[in-house]
Amino acid sequence: MANIPENLRYTKDHEWVAVDGDTASLGITDYAQHSLGDVVYIDLPRVGDKFGAHEAFGSVESVKAVSEIFTPIAGEVIEVNDGLNDTPEKVNADPYGEAWFVKVKMDNPGEADALLSGEEYEEYLSNNG
Amino acid sequence: MSSDNLKKTPLNAAHRDLGGKMVDFGGWDMPVQYKAGVIEEHLRTRNHAGLFDVSHMGEIWVEGTDAIDFVNRLTTNDVTKLIDGQAQYSALTNENGGIVDDLLVYRFDCDKLLLVVNAGTTEKDWDWITSHKGDENVALINASADYCQIAVQGPDAIDILQKLTDTNLSEIKYYHFTTGRVDDVEAIISRTGYTGEDGFEVYANAKYAEQLWNKFLETGRYGEADGILPAGLAARNTLRLEAAMSLYGHELGDDITPLEANLGWITKLQKGDFIGREKLAKQKEEGVKRRIVGFEMKQPGIARDGYDVYIGSEKAGYVTSGSPAPFLKKNIGLAFVPVDSAGVGQELDIDVRGKRLKAEIVALPFYKREKRAAA
Repeated sequence: MANIPENLRYTKDHEWVAVDGDTASLGITDYAQHSLGDVVYIDLPRVGDKFGAHEAFGSVESVKAVSEIFTPIAGEVIEVNDGLNDTPEKVNADPYGEAWFVKVKMDNPGEADALLSGEEYEEYLSNNG
Repeated sequence: MSSDNLKKTPLNAAHRDLGGKMVDFGGWDMPVQYKAGVIEEHLRTRNHAGLFDVSHMGEIWVEGTDAIDFVNRLTTNDVTKLIDGQAQYSALTNENGGIVDDLLVYRFDCDKLLLVVNAGTTEKDWDWITSHKGDENVALINASADYCQIAVQGPDAIDILQKLTDTNLSEIKYYHFTTGRVDDVEAIISRTGYTGEDGFEVYANAKYAEQLWNKFLETGRYGEADGILPAGLAARNTLRLEAAMSLYGHELGDDITPLEANLGWITKLQKGDFIGREKLAKQKEEGVKRRIVGFEMKQPGIARDGYDVYIGSEKAGYVTSGSPAPFLKKNIGLAFVPVDSAGVGQELDIDVRGKRLKAEIVALPFYKREKRAAA
């Protein structure tokens, strides 16, 4: 059963969002890392890159597959977890903690409220997983 | 996902019990990886032992006084050079010199050969071979469904298998085989494999598949940190890629000749006539226009199957197989490039989903195992 921390918001593309004022941290969920298998490479944007909601901002790669990652909220990248590619296996081991991908300054902080709660994401997984 | 219409090997339930992630592989319900994951399965095979279900491969017997001449006429390698108990890597070619399939030819006797062909091309090969039988004195038998085939690969493979057979495995040279008993089951024991490691492929009656599979796991100490691990299709692919072994449908195909695929070494133009020989002799004389080369990524990113290869700003070829290499800890691949840009050190630009990333041609194989000191 996938791990789904209660204090985060989620998307149907299996990203998690942690909101702190007008800053959002993003990563992929436990379900996503499990589906991908051993992660070997993460293609991340640069600080200063701007994205609209639902835009692809990078990709996560396993040995066999490439999976695009989408930002559910519009904003500007203010921090990137650059060191993650030295230890990509962290995405499998600690998807909600050490394997955060980017921190984004949200254009509209309210946008995060429209994302799925932990309960809603869990329901989505049981209907679609 | 329903696997109802997919073919299953006799080990299907065993794969599921081991936590195998099942996928459709050319119409077969096969495990792409198990619980340990592709990287661990790959590394364990290089460092200790991996266990592979290859029962989906095809087995075709060719028996009769014309067996050797018949197979020699259909394949590129020289069957007349085999001795009893020896196998050779070879290719079935069409009239254009293109590869119908790559295969192993085993000589049991002067009138008994076994052809082992790829899973996805078994039917195609059977039709090809039977349709080319004229009035030669040969009987052809498609025995694919009768056999299971299990590969034990890695430096510990010989020790594990030796515990289950009285056959002296150290006397079986590479690309040689014998018949014997494994766990008291009649089997063909072949010192061959698709990983670049030492190891064996064991063929037995399909009804003994689970018995042998479980015995290998038990004897190999599955569950211990240095014990045998079952390895799925993903690890099978990364292992063969590091060893620069070809995969049909990637480096090999109906429109690819063995000379283009670096298989000149199994193409014996002097042996006499075989299908496609004329075209291949001409190609050898004129020189190939394109060649398979190995490359290493020089910028972060992974070039995958089918990606376009550029030399400067010119589109020059494409990636036939590309992947991370878990043992070498690099991102590598095989690609077609024009023959005059095929030298080691040549810089390539590979289109990775819209971004051009730098790669460099390197010598093959990417990985070569260390020879074990003679006992």
